[in-house]
Parts: sequence; structure tokens; C-alpha cells
Amino acid sequence: MNKVNLDLENYRKLLKQYMITQDEKALYQAEQFTKLSMQHNISPEEIVNVHIQALKEIYPDLPKEIDDSMSFLLEAMISYGLAYQEFQSLREKQLELKSEISVAANMQQTLLSTVKPSIRGLDIGATSIPANQMSGDYYHFVKDNEDTLGIAIADVIGKGVPAALSMSMIKYSMDSFPLSQRNPSAILENLNRVVERNVDPSMFITMFYGLYDPKTSVFQYSSAGHEPGFYYNAKMDKFDEIKAKGLVLGVSNDTVYQQYELEINKGDMIILLTDGVTECRLADRFIERDEVLDVIKKFTHLPAQEAVEQVYKYFERLQDFQLRDDFTLIIIKKDV
Amino acid sequence: MKMNLEVEVVENGSTTNVLLAGEIDAYTVPKLKEALLPLTERQNQLIEVNLEQVNYMDSTGLGVFISALKSTKQYKSELKLIRLQDKVKRLFEITGLDSIITIDSTVRGGNV
Repeated sequence: MNKVNLDLENYRKLLKQYMITQDEKALYQAEQFTKLSMQHNISPEEIVNVHIQALKEIYPDLPKEIDDSMSFLLEAMISYGLAYQEFQSLREKQLELKSEISVAANMQQTLLSTVKPSIRGLDIGATSIPANQMSGDYYHFVKDNEDTLGIAIADVIGKGVPAALSMSMIKYSMDSFPLSQRNPSAILENLNRVVERNVDPSMFITMFYGLYDPKTSVFQYSSAGHEPGFYYNAKMDKFDEIKAKGLVLGVSNDTVYQQYELEINKGDMIILLTDGVTECRLADRFIERDEVLDVIKKFTHLPAQEAVEQVYKYFERLQDFQLRDDFTLIIIKKDV
Repeated sequence: MKMNLEVEVVENGSTTNVLLAGEIDAYTVPKLKEALLPLTERQNQLIEVNLEQVNYMDSTGLGVFISALKSTKQYKSELKLIRLQDKVKRLFEITGLDSIITIDSTVRGGNV
């Protein structure tokens, strides 16, 4: 391939070649010429100008009408040139924004980071993958001195940066509640008031909060409109939906949340997720909840962390590696 | 393949019927919001939204209905959702919104 030179001489040569031979190669080179021109911020009217000059050199006796019409075209192209310049500057701005968002996304990860605790007798696996740069999903583990484990999983409805920012608010208000108010219903009631006061009306948050006490093996939980998880009863070898009724956070300031209990025995499992898992979209349909459970079942024999990662990989493949929604999955197995 | 949402508004005295058809998701939600919210700003108006032809809705759709509900409280109008398909209804049930939004899946008739 000949190197394309960005000058009048070269353009004249190409034009001439094409006028005489109608050779496709010249057309291709003209395309290269344009691409190179764009890289050098050469405006469309400049190209028209080069064309006029080249034309006059090849045809010194160019009829005046053609000459005039070319000048007319030149004028007409000027606003295209301006629009193109604007496009360029927007493109630069977009790159800047993108890098700012990635700074924000890193910041979010730092703010929301949670340590997967080790609790006697529990095998815990957790994964959360954002569909875009910033996530609207969130999970958090709290372990106190008594080895009690608090688990929060939440999903902000209303995507993008504002949603992600409001998650940080949730985390910090949760951290500020006194230990005495750590039961699930109280936590949701408090958070609900925080969200109701501080978040845009079309934005709301679904959240599930569970509290496991290894001394009693009791798992207490409440849900604020969150996608139901699953409970595996090892003795009966049966998966059930963890049913818990409750209004999403941020809709009404006096919402009361009911608290439920489950006794967790050896071999039992608790599976928590967000609707990014259950609303996984295939080419022409949505995956059903039963299918989701079937996929999860395939991997629950693995250690918990490996299991959540395998389930994620499975759904990622299923969706052609294009997540439509943030994906969060937690599996807790009681192995003693 | 991207599905669309069709919104048809029929004024009927003190009742406004809103017929929706298609999918309600992040892409179509602005259209729904634009059509629905102004209707809730008229006092004593009953806005009856027919969701029979809506075969998919995600959580961003719920956001619009919550905004609409809040708006009806402010302007003293009323919002009612009718003829929901099971999957859409489930979303309102999980999120507990069925306890604060009037939902009637059994209604038959009306000028569809």
C-alpha cells in the first residue's frame, strides 16, 4: 500500500488517475486521504478547496459555471466543517468524562468495599459485578464480637452515577446505627427513613437484611421489596424461596418491616441475589426463576466462593458476556 | 431486538384511560413518564392504567409508577393499575408496592 501524502500534489494525482482510469484503487486511496485528513483536523471545506485546485490544474479550461458551482459548494461545506470541529471537541470531552467516571467508580469500590468475614461453621461466597462502570448493587457483611453475622444485599433502582452515590449513603448510615439496633426490621426501618428523606422520588432501593447467630443457629431477616433468595433445607433436600414481604425503601416514611426467622442446620444454605440474576435476558426471552435456581443447583456442591463465581460465569456466557444489569450473588453454607 | 412501548391516552370525563402495549424498561421509561406524570396533576382525576399488553417490565418501570403515585397524593388525583400480566404483577408484589398502589387484575371490559 502506498503511503498517502496529505498534500495537493497527491490529491491531484489521485483525482487524475481516477478521472482517466476510473480505477477503484484511486477511490480507496481517496478514502485513506480523507481518514488521514481527519486525523490532522483538516476541515471538509479544505478538502473541497484542494479538489477545486486540483481540478483547475488538470483542466485549465474548466467552464466558468463549474468553477462557480465549486465555490458555491465550498461555502456550503463551511458549516459542516464547524460541526465537525464541534464533534471533535465533544469527543475529547467525552473521554475526559469517561476517565472521571472511572475515578468515581474506583472511589465507589473503595467506599463500599466489604470484607467477607470468617464465621465459625459458615462457608461464605459473594460476588458482585457491575453492568456498567458504576454499580447499583451492593452487599455488605458486618461481624460483631459475638461472631454474629449481619448481611445486607441491596439494589438501587434508577441506574448510573446517582444510584451508585446513594449506595454510599446507605452504607454509612448503616454503619452509624448503634449495635443495639442491629435487628433486621429496625435496620430497614431506619434506612427507609434515610432514603425517603434523601433520594429522588423516582429512585428507590430494594434491600434484604439478615442476621445470623452461630450460638443459636437462627437466621433472622427482613426484606424491603428485595428479590427473594432461596433457602436450601439439607434434611429434606429441598430449595424454597425465602419469602418476606415488605415495601421497598424510600417510598413511604413510616413503613414497618416484618421480621422472620429460619433455623439453619448442618448442610443448609442461604442464597441471596439481586434481580440482575433473575432478569437475565437471553436473545429472545427472559430466563425464568426456576431456571435460575436450576443453574445455581448445578454449582452448590462446590465451596461457596467457587460456586458464586461459576454461576456468574455461566450467566455471563448465556448473555454473550454483555450484562444488562448489575449481578450480585451470595451463598452461605453451614458446614458444621 | 429492541421492543417499543406504545402509549395511548383516552380521556373519559373524570377518568383517564392509559393503554400501554410493549415493554417497559430503561429505554421506554422516559416515554411512559412523559405521558403519565402530567395526567396525575389534575385534581380528582382517576388515571386507570391498563397493562394487559405489557409483557415485560423491569424495576425502572416501577420507579415511574412510584413517582406517579407520589404525584397523585400531591395533586389529589388517583392512580389505578388494571389487567396486569402475572410476571408484571409479581414485580409489584415482591416490592410490596401492591400494598400502596391500587391494583386490580380481575377487571374485564372497558373499551379496549
